Amino acid sequence: MYNTTVARLTLRALLGRRRALILFALPGLLLLVSAVVRGLVGADDTIAADVLGGFALATMVPLIGVIAGTGAIGPEIDDGSIVHLLSKPVKRPVIVFTKLVVALGVTVLFAAVPTLVAGFVLNGNSGRIAVACAAGAAVASVAYSALFLLLGTVTRHAVVIGLVYALVWESLIGSLVPGARTLSIQQWGLSLAQRIGGGDLLTSEVRIVPAVVLLCVVTAAATWFAGLRLGSLTLADEG
Amino acid sequence: MPSETPLAPGDRRAGDPAKIHDIGYRSYDGDRLGRRHARRSLFAHSLRGAYGLGRSAKSKVLPMLLFGVMCLPAGIMVAIAVVTKAGELPVEYPRYALHLQGVISLFLAAQAPQAVSRDLRFRTVPLYFSRPIERADYVSAKFAALSAALFVLTAAPVVVLYAGALLAELDVADQSAGFGQGLVSAALLSLLFAGIGLVIAALTPRRGFGVAAVIAVLTVSFGAVSAVQAIAFEQDNGGLVTWLGLFSPVTLIDGVQTAFLGASTSFPGGKGPDTAAGCVYLLVVLALIAGSYAALMRRYRKAGL
Repeated sequence: MYNTTVARLTLRALLGRRRALILFALPGLLLLVSAVVRGLVGADDTIAADVLGGFALATMVPLIGVIAGTGAIGPEIDDGSIVHLLSKPVKRPVIVFTKLVVALGVTVLFAAVPTLVAGFVLNGNSGRIAVACAAGAAVASVAYSALFLLLGTVTRHAVVIGLVYALVWESLIGSLVPGARTLSIQQWGLSLAQRIGGGDLLTSEVRIVPAVVLLCVVTAAATWFAGLRLGSLTLADEG
Repeated sequence: MPSETPLAPGDRRAGDPAKIHDIGYRSYDGDRLGRRHARRSLFAHSLRGAYGLGRSAKSKVLPMLLFGVMCLPAGIMVAIAVVTKAGELPVEYPRYALHLQGVISLFLAAQAPQAVSRDLRFRTVPLYFSRPIERADYVSAKFAALSAALFVLTAAPVVVLYAGALLAELDVADQSAGFGQGLVSAALLSLLFAGIGLVIAALTPRRGFGVAAVIAVLTVSFGAVSAVQAIAFEQDNGGLVTWLGLFSPVTLIDGVQTAFLGASTSFPGGKGPDTAAGCVYLLVVLALIAGSYAALMRRYRKAGL
């Protein structure tokens, strides 16, 4: 189910040249903000939860998920070089699965790990907030990667649609319409964070069981459908 | 410039086997419209392109949708103000665009790479420079076109609000002053955002990556700044709240219009910049606009050649 050559090519496409810059800049900014906050107020559980929940989980994880998920496959489809990959004797679900693993690894590395570090910088993992948020970020990364990888195979405007989902649906509509929060990967991740953190600083609209079920269903369905899409891919022309 | 006229067969010395046959190519003898016209065409083409005009129907969906989303709340506010005969509009003119900054960011993220990335990716930039335009013409035409597109996006709802205010028979002098302030603020915002978006987009020939990078710079800087501002405010560090606003484009515009354009700030605790700090804000905004123009000029010094 995993092909190292495909993985190597995908990794190079994701981290090559200037692309790595933004992937390093986002976690760097999170750590900078954490350090500034720690310097301003000292260790404070409420503020740590606010920064990690409001900035890391709400903004950084989806953004890196969009970049890694769509970047793993979108550009190749866009410029047509995917045919070179598809013409090799590698099963298309294997290609999708490998790209998912790479996108997931990149998202976890650049989103969940910095969240953990930022948590320790903010309050030294008091109240297990750092671990809780990092775990939430990690599971959210899985679902984001799978979903945005699927988007990358479905449409050439995957990045824009992914951003509309992350910014408009999860942030804007989610903050206005409570029901929208049920269908939000961010809330599912928060739900796990709430479970691990145990306190009432991190709260989610979704309970733990439906959250985990939804996470698994979305990830599996998106991966399966992406494999299906790649199987019947027609190379679109530039419009 | 006249092209070489093909030699007639008889011009050659007899016995010379080399001949150039006249196969009927004709030189162009229409008007040569020159550099200004080329620059204006590029501007018009880019501006239309930002709204998907002259492109496929699929390209029109997103910009038109965002334009609609931008104007819709203004329409609703106006309708409510007219029906309830309220004494004033529920929002200040300059502040309207900042409330919908997410929509503006998405528009910029989608259209800035569209304006420049594809030229870089398909290596059409050298073709532009084979026409009688200079680097400065290309950069200023693209910059002006995207700024104009953003100005249309941000000024249209202000116009809707103003029209509605006049229909609701609010005080004309008062509303006109606010309307003017709203337009100035929209112009400043358009120039600043267009500059930032174009610089980022011109760095990458990958359209998708440019989109993500533009959004990241706009929303993450705003998210980081407002998070730290909120915490600084809780620590009663009002001075820090004011100066932190210099670090994201949205809070920069907020600061400038608070200091000079009669808007109320959305900084925590209303700790917006006063006139002196506002001068710094304005200087930073102008420096960023000039700086992004200079960065674009530098970028195109050897782009695609």
